[in-house]
Amino acid sequence: MNALITIAAKEIQQAIRNRWVLAATLLLAGLALSLTFLGSAPTGTVGARALDVVIVSLSSLTIFLIPLIALLISHDAIVGDMERGTMLLLLSYPVARWQVLLGKFLGHLAVLAFATCLGYGAAAVALLITGSSFDGEGFAAFAAMIGSSVLLGAVFVAIGYLVSAVVRDRGTAAGLCIGLWLMLVLIYDMALLGLLVLDQGRNISGGVLSALLLLNPADAYRLFNLTGFANVSLFSGMAGLAASSTLSVQALLTALVLWTLVPLACATLAFSRREL
Amino acid sequence: MSATVHIADVVKHYGKVEAVKGASFDLAEGEMVALIGHNGAGKTTLMKMMLGLIRPSRGTIAVLGENPAAGEFSARRRLGYLPENVAFDAALTGRETQAFYSRLKREPVKDALALLDVVGLGHAVKRRVDTYSKGMRQRLGLAQALIGRPRVLLLDEPTTGLDPELRQTFYDVIQKLAAEGTTVLLSSHALTELEERAGRVIIMNRGLKVADGTLDELRRIARLPTRIRIKVADLPPSGSPAWLPTATPYRRINGHIVEIDAAPDEKLDLLRRATADGSAVQDLELIPPSLDELYAHFLRQAERPQ
Ligand SMILES: Nc1ncnc2c1ncn2[C@@H]1O[C@H](COP(=O)(O)OP(=O)(O)OP(=O)(O)O)[C@@H](O)[C@H]1O
Ligand SMILES: [Mg+2]
Repeated sequence: MNALITIAAKEIQQAIRNRWVLAATLLLAGLALSLTFLGSAPTGTVGARALDVVIVSLSSLTIFLIPLIALLISHDAIVGDMERGTMLLLLSYPVARWQVLLGKFLGHLAVLAFATCLGYGAAAVALLITGSSFDGEGFAAFAAMIGSSVLLGAVFVAIGYLVSAVVRDRGTAAGLCIGLWLMLVLIYDMALLGLLVLDQGRNISGGVLSALLLLNPADAYRLFNLTGFANVSLFSGMAGLAASSTLSVQALLTALVLWTLVPLACATLAFSRREL
Repeated sequence: MSATVHIADVVKHYGKVEAVKGASFDLAEGEMVALIGHNGAGKTTLMKMMLGLIRPSRGTIAVLGENPAAGEFSARRRLGYLPENVAFDAALTGRETQAFYSRLKREPVKDALALLDVVGLGHAVKRRVDTYSKGMRQRLGLAQALIGRPRVLLLDEPTTGLDPELRQTFYDVIQKLAAEGTTVLLSSHALTELEERAGRVIIMNRGLKVADGTLDELRRIARLPTRIRIKVADLPPSGSPAWLPTATPYRRINGHIVEIDAAPDEKLDLLRRATADGSAVQDLELIPPSLDELYAHFLRQAERPQ
């Protein structure tokens, strides 16, 4: 337990020194704020509440950005330390390999959570200042968006570790992570859409579609945020999809948690078998 | 004395490369052991196996009663390691690095920081490690290895990059630890340095242990000639001195010194003859075979076809 916290704390300290925390926070806050201000202009006329617009646009932003940031910090967590030679020394200390991995995970997740809460929190504050009203449900939806964004970050940190634990050098890890990002964030949805169009609803049932959506953490995240709350889902135009897919909020969250735990467990396994 | 490190018939393959082909030895408490061998002899590989960083292909290893290959690691609290190319997280300062490692070993941070002064890094503890020179990094490496009074110290080429002054300090520190019961295993290519200090020497050649013993034991086994230098007052300008048995090869140095390589069994006889009445011996020097020579001898012997 102690070792976990020590390693996590060092990881956080390093991220602060390397300006990772600053960069990620500024990036998220900057984009969130600009989306908030750009998005708040037309809302009056459409009639949707400013908050819902912000949730929709921020969660679309998150799908691209958070996985990218998460993979950037995680892809060389293991293979990078091995190449630099610091892992050799660390593993000669009384720590188990799973503790090293989990400690790093906690540290990286803390960095990501900090940047997300602060960056997106800034957007919420901006909304309040500009006079938008927050009701309880809107607040819950916003908090759920931030929470699930952090969870999505956890998923991609875990995926990055798995890559990092398996490959031989940092270059490969970076390449593979970029490939995975493109695949999960862009290509998968396009392929799925193409499939649905071609299929015309003949073979692909609601159940299959649900399964396909759960197979991609980015889609699980999207569904969670765009359909989870009635207001948001009406506005986002996902109401139809939400109705046809049988996925509950719990199922989506479970999918995201599994998407974190399974890669993390595989990464631990791969890492503990590795020789260095 | 109980064994702190036990190695039995250990073999390690890396694919087709046989890094360690067979090594068995026990290290006892308070021993200071030099592990020597050519580049690629398997020294680093042996140490990594003792740490559980790699698993032996065959054989058994126990360090402080634990099997490192099975992932047992609590004994590592009492173990210090200095890798051959030590590296640290660049963004941290020397002090933060040392504090981090002492927390991992659950040792008081204060004691660990005091070690930074021992290795002469006191003035640079607040600087980032990536601004350190090679020798400073090596010093930090030593400081972390010494955290928590280890019972086993594995040092892989610890003195590379150290200046002469710190080399001296380093040997003083580890000799003191050894005197208090720490097992010190250190690999090095600086044989002259080890000669005066290592109580025991293990020589590796191409993954095989070819010699193991104290320097005296190795000398006895190797039966290398002792160099005898005799300063004679009235050495004739040509022709050998009268007391020298005929056909004994010798060298003249500076006109009045005779140098003879004497095999162990003729050494005493030669000395008796030289100092016998009538000869004008002024001074006498005996140089036993150095570790360098012993090392070369054992390698030659290992390479010779059986
Ligand atoms: N990860 C690895 N993969 C493949 N071969 C390796 C690996 N590590 C070491 N070897 C090989 O194992 C042998 C022993 O290497 P080792 O590092 O133990 O040598 P060493 O005695 O420490 O040498 P040096 O004095 O140069 O440090 C060498 O032939 C080396 O090429
Ligand atoms: Mg080596």
